[in-house]
Amino acid sequence: MSTMPRSEIMAKVRDILVDVLSVDEDEVTDDAILTTDLGAESIDFLDILFRLEKEFGIKIPQEQLFNRDIVSNAEYLNDRKLNAAGVAALKKAMPYANLTDFEKNPDIDKLADVFTVAAIVNFVEGKVNNG
Amino acid sequence: MRWIWFDRFEEFESGKRAVAVKNVTLAEDHLHDHFPGYPLMPASLMIEGMAQTAGILVGEAKQFSEKVILAKVRKASFDEIVRPGDQVRYEAEIEQLTESAAATTGRVWLGDRQIGAVDIVFSHIDQNMSGLDFPEENFVFTEEFMALLRTYRHNGEARVTL
Repeated sequence: MSTMPRSEIMAKVRDILVDVLSVDEDEVTDDAILTTDLGAESIDFLDILFRLEKEFGIKIPQEQLFNRDIVSNAEYLNDRKLNAAGVAALKKAMPYANLTDFEKNPDIDKLADVFTVAAIVNFVEGKVNNG
Repeated sequence: MRWIWFDRFEEFESGKRAVAVKNVTLAEDHLHDHFPGYPLMPASLMIEGMAQTAGILVGEAKQFSEKVILAKVRKASFDEIVRPGDQVRYEAEIEQLTESAAATTGRVWLGDRQIGAVDIVFSHIDQNMSGLDFPEENFVFTEEFMALLRTYRHNGEARVTL
C-alpha cells in the first residue's frame, strides 16, 4: 500500500483550516492551536472532521479524536484536574497529541489546547497510512 | 407570522436530496420594511428557507429520532435579487451524515438560473452536548414542520409516510 507523505497531508489540512476558519495560510503552522490561535469554536470541529473525512476518504468516529469518557470519569478527576492515572489514560487514547505542556497543569478546561495543527496532521497520518 | 420559509416540497429522496419552493408575495409584512418602496426577499430568510429544507431532509433520514439543529452556515452566496412574484427553489443534498451531525450542500434557483448557494452543517444535539439536558419531546420537528413534509405528493400519492 502506498503511503501519503506528511507534507501532502499537511498541505491538505492547511487548505481545510484556511477555508473553515478563514485564516491566512501562514497562520497554519505545526504549533498553532486550533482554538486559541486560529479561532476555532466547538462547532468548527464538526465541520473540520467532515472535511477531513471527505478529503482523505477516512471515517473519524468522534470518540477516536476526543475521548469524552476520560475527562468525565470521576476516578480520573481531582476537582477539574486529571490525576496521574487520568493523564496516562489520555496519553493512550490520544497518541497523536503532544501532552507535554498539558501534563504540567492537567486542567481539563485546557485540554482543547492540545489540538494543534500538528496533532491533526498526526491523527490523519495515522488514519491514512495505518488504517 | 409563522416561521415557515418555504411553501411546499417538490421533490424528496429520503436520505439524499430535497427540493422545496417558496413563493414570494407582497402579503409578507417584512418585505415592506426590506425595503420601503423597494421590496426584496432578504438573503437571511433564503438561508433559513434552505436550512428548513435541508433540516427536514436530514431529520427524515433518521426518522426524526434526532433533534437537528443548525450548527454552522459554511457558505452563503447570492448573485441576484429576489422580488415579490418570484418563485425560489431550494435544492438541498446531504453530503455527509453521521450519528452526531450532517453536512448539506444547497443551491438556490430562480427559474432555470442558479442564483445562490448555501452549505450548512447540522448537529444532532443530543449526541453532541453531553451533560446538557434537553426536553424529551422533539421540539425541532413540530407538527407544523411535519405538515410541510406531508405536502409532498408524487403522482398523486403521498411519498412520505409519517
